[in-house]
Amino acid sequence: MGIELLVNLAYVVAAVLFIFGLKMLGSPATARKGNLVSALGMFIAVVITLLDQSIIDYKWILAGIVVGGLIGAVIARRVEMTGMPEMVALFNGFGGVASLLVGWAALYGFEANVFEMITIILSILIGGVTFSGSMVAWGKLSERISGKPMVFGGQRVFNILLIVAIIASSAMFTIYPESHLYLYLVIGLSLLLGIMLVIPIGGADMPVVISLLNSYSGLAACAAGIAINNIILIVAGALVGASGIILTQIMCKAMNRSLSNVLFSGFSAVSAGGAAAKIEGEAKAMTAEDAYYVLEAAASVVIVPGYGMAVAQAQHVVKELQELLEKNGAEVVYAIHPVAGRMPGHMNVLLAEADVSYDLLLEMDAINPRMETFDVAIVIGANDVVNPAAREMEGSPIYGMPVINVDMARNVFVMKRSMASGFAGIDNPLFFKENTRMLFGDAKEMLGNIIKAFN
Amino acid sequence: MEIVFLAFILMLSIFLGFELINKVPATLHTPLMSGSNAISGITLVGALTSAGAEHSGLATILGTVAVAMATINVIGGYMVTDRMLAMFKKKGSAK
Repeated sequence: MGIELLVNLAYVVAAVLFIFGLKMLGSPATARKGNLVSALGMFIAVVITLLDQSIIDYKWILAGIVVGGLIGAVIARRVEMTGMPEMVALFNGFGGVASLLVGWAALYGFEANVFEMITIILSILIGGVTFSGSMVAWGKLSERISGKPMVFGGQRVFNILLIVAIIASSAMFTIYPESHLYLYLVIGLSLLLGIMLVIPIGGADMPVVISLLNSYSGLAACAAGIAINNIILIVAGALVGASGIILTQIMCKAMNRSLSNVLFSGFSAVSAGGAAAKIEGEAKAMTAEDAYYVLEAAASVVIVPGYGMAVAQAQHVVKELQELLEKNGAEVVYAIHPVAGRMPGHMNVLLAEADVSYDLLLEMDAINPRMETFDVAIVIGANDVVNPAAREMEGSPIYGMPVINVDMARNVFVMKRSMASGFAGIDNPLFFKENTRMLFGDAKEMLGNIIKAFN
Repeated sequence: MEIVFLAFILMLSIFLGFELINKVPATLHTPLMSGSNAISGITLVGALTSAGAEHSGLATILGTVAVAMATINVIGGYMVTDRMLAMFKKKGSAK
């Protein structure tokens, strides 16, 4: 029993390190250390597990660790900051499939009683849903499959039948644990469910989906922990599960939508009543040179980045413009909407990559009250998150969603490829406002032209 | 009794998780996700026991694949989080 006690005490230490690590993630100044603390916790947990007496053969473990470690390291080093959402989706999926396999393998160790069977099935089920759902999310984010919501007639009925089938085959498997048919059914159906849950969700809602899948990957680990009676899996899994749920809530609130609305109805269903109010007026285009004259005279500028900035890889030119404006005596800050980009905090990472100081990155609630005081607001590749229709047009699908009120600034420059509407497919009255000027073209090129005018 | 014990741990961890994560500022949400993603690779611990305990051939294969997948999650997650967090700088201390 000596070793078992030691292992469990080490798990307590690991749990404490995870908790401290997460706590230190609460401030940018300590976050990096916090991540190391959490990694140390993981290291201790893994090493102490290897002392477990029931482990007889180490060669397969070693093979798995070497292969997985190499793949993980290569991905972590190569990934572009713009590709972070895809990578997180992919890793969520790997975590899910690992939990599925751990649950599956647990079937062979011992005679499971009914409670244990249920936890094993839960671990397989959540793991499977996380895996296939994450793969679809990964495909959508990396544009390997269309980002549009995929809906078909009878989808709801199909999903309900699917869930009934999962419950039925789980029950049969609990009654006949020797039958592999039911096991394969549970695995197959849970994979199908993961796909079905993510395909109806559109590209603009991806921040919610990734957060939710993040939470699932934690819950899957948690279920696997209950299945194999391992406390550290339960604690760590629950921490991650809770974290994902909080992020999901924040994202939903930022879009003024309920979780069930995001998950089940896609944007298409809501937009039916949107045509009620007509937008009138004409969008006024401007050249980079005109933009330069206004910016040169501006004393305060707020930059609002969106996914378009990530696509154009424009974060470095944005930083260059910031420096020029500052040299010119202007105050420059960034306003970041909670759902800008394709995952929570995506814009912040991109701007951090371009060496923008993090204290210049303001949240929506900090910037909106003083929007009137800014001479110029530059919107770079953002659309729905600055759409004043959310405030003004009752009946608009995004009515009520909190947005960054750029239209209150004295001048608004919108950098955009074309007049096409954003991911949500909603017209934006901002483009037709008196104080708005459009800069059509690639954001990076446009910014480059303005910078040229400065020099 | 054991079920109650596990349920207690589960409940307390979830509450603790809510308290901890609520304090993380929006600017760190992406590193938070990739970092917590690495923590969810804790399944590795479970996978190690399945891969190493000689139950049956199939359990070993499943365990080994699970070890590889979870290790990708752990190593990749922590490394990429570190890479991101290294970029978060405040003016003055940087450059």
